[in-house]
Amino acid sequence: MDRSSITEHIPRLRRYARALVGDRYVADDLVQDTLERAWNKFYLWRPGSDLRAWLFTIMHNVFINQARRRRYEIEQSMEEVPAVAVRATQGEQLELQDVDRVLRSLSPEQREVVFLVAVEQLTYEEVGRALDIPIGTVMSRLSRARERLRQLLGGQTVVPLKVVK
Amino acid sequence: MRPVTEAELHAYVDGALSEGARAEIEAWLASHPEDAERLRAYAEQNAILRSLYNPVLDEPVPAVLLAVRSPAWRSYAAVAAIFALGLGLGWTARGMLITPQTVPVSLARQAATAHVVYSPEVRHPVEVNADEEEHLVRWLSRRLGTTLKAPKLAPLGYELVGGRLLSGPQGPVAHFMYQDARGQRLTLYVSRQRGEPRDTAFRFSQEDRVSVFYWVDGNFGYALSGEVRKEQLLKVADVVYKQLNP
Repeated sequence: MDRSSITEHIPRLRRYARALVGDRYVADDLVQDTLERAWNKFYLWRPGSDLRAWLFTIMHNVFINQARRRRYEIEQSMEEVPAVAVRATQGEQLELQDVDRVLRSLSPEQREVVFLVAVEQLTYEEVGRALDIPIGTVMSRLSRARERLRQLLGGQTVVPLKVVK
Repeated sequence: MRPVTEAELHAYVDGALSEGARAEIEAWLASHPEDAERLRAYAEQNAILRSLYNPVLDEPVPAVLLAVRSPAWRSYAAVAAIFALGLGLGWTARGMLITPQTVPVSLARQAATAHVVYSPEVRHPVEVNADEEEHLVRWLSRRLGTTLKAPKLAPLGYELVGGRLLSGPQGPVAHFMYQDARGQRLTLYVSRQRGEPRDTAFRFSQEDRVSVFYWVDGNFGYALSGEVRKEQLLKVADVVYKQLNP
């Protein structure tokens, strides 16, 4: 596998970036930075290991550094996004944009974990490796993120799903 | 029945349990409706998040991202493009001394140069983003001393990315950037022209890889640039002209 295989992962990186920063152009900037770093640091990638996970790690690092420098967004504190503001009226379906806004009210750390688990469908171990955190931390962030989302989405049915028999 | 852990409940939602462990959780949920309700909500969140973000996978990847090789790549590409234009530019500078019609020609070159410098930019293609369009247009209008408009090109597939203020030989220049779904960019260069107000027809200039349609309308020169085919650019230029001169 050579460096050009990075290109195959661009759509997934764009999806992750969109979840992290929302705005399409800012998200593609983040992808751009990630790709440039990946190209330059490709000698650090261990052949045989999961290239996708390695790219996610790079994007996570770029994102966290930039978020720290407040170049992407000013974090909203949780209190600033009252649950009532995003809760649809009874019988009305939640709009996907509302969900995006709700996801944005999570801390970046929680958002990353819930995205990698729910959308990217990484295992908890893979998430821990990608974000360089112990699995206990993965689980506590996931648990808090999901409870927070449940609270904010207000139990509205967006996509019907039967899980429990 | 042993109490199940929080981690096991999440693993159940994410399909990360073995058959046996699944059955155990299901037995637990049958007698713990609150947990069952909670897990139902979590599973729904997974589905919601997937339906929210999966469409990104089907979007065409912008050309600028496919072209990434290393950070140096972008500046090399820009320098090479300017150099290619520059060879022509020196020639025009001499030509200008003897040909009275050359001001618009240099307008095309300035516009093409601005296009090759700014259109490959991913991080800072513009100073003000399209989401602040009103502010952008007001700001550039004030600096150019006229009432500008950012043409609406969405029906042609080009969305406004934003704009910036540039410095040109005749003073401030308004530079608007547009982009289609594939990341193909067009720029509109608006600059005050010296001398008496006048109008010209559309003119076309091929500046290396950049096609430019340009015209003078009163005191202002307009140039639309892009690395697209002439016929395609003409279609857009026509719409731009009509919107600026309703």
